Amino acid sequence: MKEITVALAGNPNAGKTTVFNSLTGAHHHVGNYPGVTVEKKWGSIKHGDARVKVVDLPGTYSLTAYSLEELVARDFVVEERPDVVVDVVDASNLERNLYLAIQFMEMGAPLIIVLNMVDLAESRGLKIDVERLSELLGVPVVPAVATKGKGMKDMLNAIVTLPPKGDGWHPVDLSYGNELDGHIYKLTEIIEGSNLTVGHYPARWLAIKLLEQDEQVQRLVKDSDVGEDLLRKAEKVARHVHDTFDDVPEGLIADHRYGFIASICREAVHRTMDERLTISDKVDKVLINRTFGPLLLAGIIYLTYTFVFWTSEVPVSVVEGFFGWTREIITRLIPDGLMKSLIINGVIDGVGGVLSFVPLIMLMFFAIAILEDSGYMARMAFLLDRLLRYFGLHGNSVLAMIVSGGISGGCAVAGVMATRTLKNPKERIATILVAPFMNCGAKIPIYALLIAAFFVESRAMVMFALTIISWSFALLAARGLRSTVLKGPHTPFVMELPPYRMPTFKGLLIHMWERTWHYLKKAGTIILLVSIIIWAMSTFPKAPEELLAGKSGKERAEAEISYTVAGRIGKGLERVTAPLGFDWRTNIALVGGFAAKEVVVSTLGTVYSLGEFDPEASGVLSERLERQGDWSQLKAFSLMLFCMLYAPCFVTLAVIKNETKSWKWTGFAMAYTTVIAYVASLAVYQTGQLLGIGV
Amino acid sequence: MLKVARLNELEIGEKGKVIKVNGKGEINRRIRDMGIVPGALIEVETKATLGDPIEIKVKGYHLTLRSSEAAGIDIEKTE
Repeated sequence: MKEITVALAGNPNAGKTTVFNSLTGAHHHVGNYPGVTVEKKWGSIKHGDARVKVVDLPGTYSLTAYSLEELVARDFVVEERPDVVVDVVDASNLERNLYLAIQFMEMGAPLIIVLNMVDLAESRGLKIDVERLSELLGVPVVPAVATKGKGMKDMLNAIVTLPPKGDGWHPVDLSYGNELDGHIYKLTEIIEGSNLTVGHYPARWLAIKLLEQDEQVQRLVKDSDVGEDLLRKAEKVARHVHDTFDDVPEGLIADHRYGFIASICREAVHRTMDERLTISDKVDKVLINRTFGPLLLAGIIYLTYTFVFWTSEVPVSVVEGFFGWTREIITRLIPDGLMKSLIINGVIDGVGGVLSFVPLIMLMFFAIAILEDSGYMARMAFLLDRLLRYFGLHGNSVLAMIVSGGISGGCAVAGVMATRTLKNPKERIATILVAPFMNCGAKIPIYALLIAAFFVESRAMVMFALTIISWSFALLAARGLRSTVLKGPHTPFVMELPPYRMPTFKGLLIHMWERTWHYLKKAGTIILLVSIIIWAMSTFPKAPEELLAGKSGKERAEAEISYTVAGRIGKGLERVTAPLGFDWRTNIALVGGFAAKEVVVSTLGTVYSLGEFDPEASGVLSERLERQGDWSQLKAFSLMLFCMLYAPCFVTLAVIKNETKSWKWTGFAMAYTTVIAYVASLAVYQTGQLLGIGV
Repeated sequence: MLKVARLNELEIGEKGKVIKVNGKGEINRRIRDMGIVPGALIEVETKATLGDPIEIKVKGYHLTLRSSEAAGIDIEKTE
């Protein structure tokens, strides 16, 4: 069977993902491009007597060396030499979309253009002469409506009938104006006469990239025999362009590409009616209105959370019920002893506790997919860029912050993964480092417990205050990081506001599932491991019988746990944590909380030896805490603040390591947050003691 | 009469034609990649709450950029 490799390219929002999904369905693989955190998806489909392997390139507007996605897309095409590059083009936004197509033509890659959303273009009064367009560009053009599956078969037919690889690549000879054409010709000649063409790089393309002062290509040619000569000549052209046009060569090149596109569109595109406001434009008049925009933003986020909590209530209780049932069965089947304790207290309570969050997290990802696929996420970045920039972040940081729990209930694991939309490494790392300050879903049980015990009269107020406090710490920390260890300029905020679109259900499901699976894999393995470790630490070494002699009930349980490793750590830490108001039992809970914040609640339950603890019945524990003589409002608040700020949970740290590819930043994320938490709680507890507030 | 202004000086609803994109490096390249090239027609659609960033319409689609970035784009205003 003939095997054909297809690289699927296109602008963001051009419908590339829809084309990919309709080709491969849910049967595709997800991974990363080697060495970078750009997601790579691939899958295959049989068509006639050929097997078509489709690799989804990152969505890009251009192919410069500036952004990671563009570099990845370009490297894949140059180095892997796919048999066909399919460029998905938004027909309703033809000029800008063709800019990418032109650059594939400059490389000489065998190109097929899929003219997507032709229905939308027509409804806007744009009549595109497909044949003429194909003729002018010199590549096959297939009209399509990917969301309805139209044109997909034609596309596959075009793919299998395109001439095979052996036919060679044919870079198009575009003119970049009299000024540059001569120079490009000369540089091309030098490159062709050198040892540089050994690789897969077309000589003319290298010449153009040199004039564009492309850093990657500059590095590539530097060590060749003609490297110095080439760089010197390119530099001379740049100076000349600067002196005569007060411009940069890459600017002139871009202008000519767009000029070429404009001349094609004049011939192939006809306007059948005047431009008028689309529905999307009208919606935006309201949603990003200067006055109402921010208010509606808050409202939409609030609605999103309401939706997630409301819809997840039943599935969460079903999953919890399932674990409760499993627990009961095992309790009956296995005789008392270590094995039983390990399975029930270690595995089921640990992993089950996390897995019962999965329905909530799935629905949360579903809601976020709606915000993203509909186009609203871009508006959120637009509305909040100015504010975030003041603190050294970027408009695109907003997604990560909200996903992490910007309004209580997110998850920093998903939040850290959501920073991939940030191009600048410094802004990205700053966002990754501050996102865990947000009030994620796992901190909510802690707050719920302590609020129920000590702040019953001012529930909502305290919850609201905690939200404000977490945002303040995140923003101030970002500002601090960006003016010290992550000092650097702002990156441009030049972003498309895509038209609002009705998300397709299939797309949403695929989106949701990809992320949930990621979470399940990470959470499942690490949480399982840590749960077992915590269980072992709070079980061993066993206290000798003579120590327990004569003790029973609460007293005995307390003696048992203080003899274990966890108990000793808790006691050992008392000296450090006493100024914050925490005793050894709280310390054990906080150490457990390194694994996952919700563990704080269950550990408090265990160490206060209250027997089986059910997070749903936090009222019980809160009542007991309230009755403890050494607890006060001040201590409770100090603990809530500490839990909000201290080290991200293990799963988040694992994801931070994965995303930053750096142990240094992972270690930093753990250390600096704990220091901030310590200082903040210390300040609050000591000030409170001094002034006699809440004691 | 030729009225030249910087893009960030245009009010909401004002239109114009790009004359020149100043500056260099990443911002310049990105702006041009997105279709803001000499001759392109531009309309200021709206501005965010604090007047920054701004939203423009160019080549039939919507683009946002910061006021500081728009300051490098020379526009010939049209009525």
